[in-house]
Amino acid sequence: MSETSEGWAKSERQRERERVRRSRARRSVSIAGASTVVFIVLVVVLVTNSPGWPRVQELFFNPEWFVKALPDVLSGFLLNIKIFLIAEPLILVVGVLVALARSITAPAFFPVRALATLYTDIFRGVPTILVIYLVGFGLPALRLQGIPTDLVTLGVIGLTLSYGAYVAEVFRAGIESVHPSQVAAARSLGLSHGKTMRFVVLPQATRRVVPPLLNDFISLQKDTSLVATIGPLEALRQAQIIAASAFNYTPYLVASLLFILLTIPMARFTDHLAARTRRRRG
Amino acid sequence: MSLLTIDGVWKEFRGHSVLRGIDLEVRPHEVVSLIGASGSGKSTLLRCVNLLETVDDGAIYLDGEEITDPRVDVDDVRRRLGIVFQAFNLFPHMTVLDNITLAPRRVHGVAKAAAEEQAGDLLARFGLADKARSYPDQLSGGQQQRVAIVRALATKPRLMLLDEVTSALDPVLVVEVLQVIRELKESGMTMILATHEMGFCRDISDTVCFLEGGVMLEKGPPEKIFTAPEHARTREFLRAVLDSGRL
Repeated sequence: MSETSEGWAKSERQRERERVRRSRARRSVSIAGASTVVFIVLVVVLVTNSPGWPRVQELFFNPEWFVKALPDVLSGFLLNIKIFLIAEPLILVVGVLVALARSITAPAFFPVRALATLYTDIFRGVPTILVIYLVGFGLPALRLQGIPTDLVTLGVIGLTLSYGAYVAEVFRAGIESVHPSQVAAARSLGLSHGKTMRFVVLPQATRRVVPPLLNDFISLQKDTSLVATIGPLEALRQAQIIAASAFNYTPYLVASLLFILLTIPMARFTDHLAARTRRRRG
Repeated sequence: MSLLTIDGVWKEFRGHSVLRGIDLEVRPHEVVSLIGASGSGKSTLLRCVNLLETVDDGAIYLDGEEITDPRVDVDDVRRRLGIVFQAFNLFPHMTVLDNITLAPRRVHGVAKAAAEEQAGDLLARFGLADKARSYPDQLSGGQQQRVAIVRALATKPRLMLLDEVTSALDPVLVVEVLQVIRELKESGMTMILATHEMGFCRDISDTVCFLEGGVMLEKGPPEKIFTAPEHARTREFLRAVLDSGRL
């Protein structure tokens, strides 16, 4: 530590500086630890001493019901994961296509561009739960040939329509963040608009939108529970069923915990990617 | 026959005339330099030739064909031209090799192996053979600009447009880029360069054009422009350059 690779010995002044810095760092860590402990104790004391706590404990934190509800809610949760895994790639495809459609300037594609704009305007405006209702109950009511009647499929379609609009906007922002000089360089090499998009703009845009996209996907993971409103037996629906017969809300706690277990790793991964991007640009 | 003819080109930006009736002929293997203060229209003229800007009047002919005709396929015109920018504009997500082979492969339909072999030859010629697998941000400014020149050369252009290619470089790196341009001249490449490197310009150019306020005030061989300029404004410009120690 005190001697560098080039054999230069640190001066007394520099060693003193480093000693002060280390002692300050130690002090910061102990302060952070102490204040966290104090905060947690305060919250626990406040909650457990509230007048309604015994009742809340019985209704929401009942170990017996926790154990009983876990298998059913967990099996329902597997459906949430399945919905998420199917919807996510579909949303990416819709998002990229809509974003690209909005970037086309050729006059012949005006209807495509207008349609893409209309789509994002509408589906960003309508609450996801309403989209799922409309798709879930509206589409089958048309009784058209080839329209799926499976509720999970309909739920996936609803989620895809709603989230596709958000993801399209994320991609569009990414596309617009690529500097015009990159387009000029590609076009002056003779690349067409389409090839410029494919080889130069989209690859750069995609790298930039990964953190915001993951953020949307964290949101999607929990919004898979909205599909419960049209019937499929996913985690929330299972919890509802058990809660209704047991007059106990602990199953909801089970469902919440499962969602948290799924989203936290994704959130940390997003932070990690964002930090890496910052370091690279730094 | 001249390779490029610029005939009375006007260009306006928001009601402000940037080019005011520019005429220029470029013969095959000729090196033409555009000099003048920033804002005199040098870069805009190059961007008009490349069709990155549309002219507001006049015409530009490449190999006798009018390229300013709106019915012309701009991609087809650009395939015959190479342009190098002040800020390099390499594609940061691609390796040097991919930057260079992109246009030959995706525009000219050259097979991957052939394109990479040709790129390798060009890189070796300009002392960049060991950089093929590097990404642009791992290179110095001078290396990046040399790669940008190689990228433009890889499509075998009829004419190279060099837009202040050394302006973003420190003096040591300028030298290596200028050496590349010298080599291009020796190989017979036709070039138009907008530049602030007066000594180099005098050395390498067959014709020097002095632009001011979008007008080509004077045009002639470098000996004449640099030693006996006719126009008072040219003399003032060259004196200013001399006083700033850049000649």
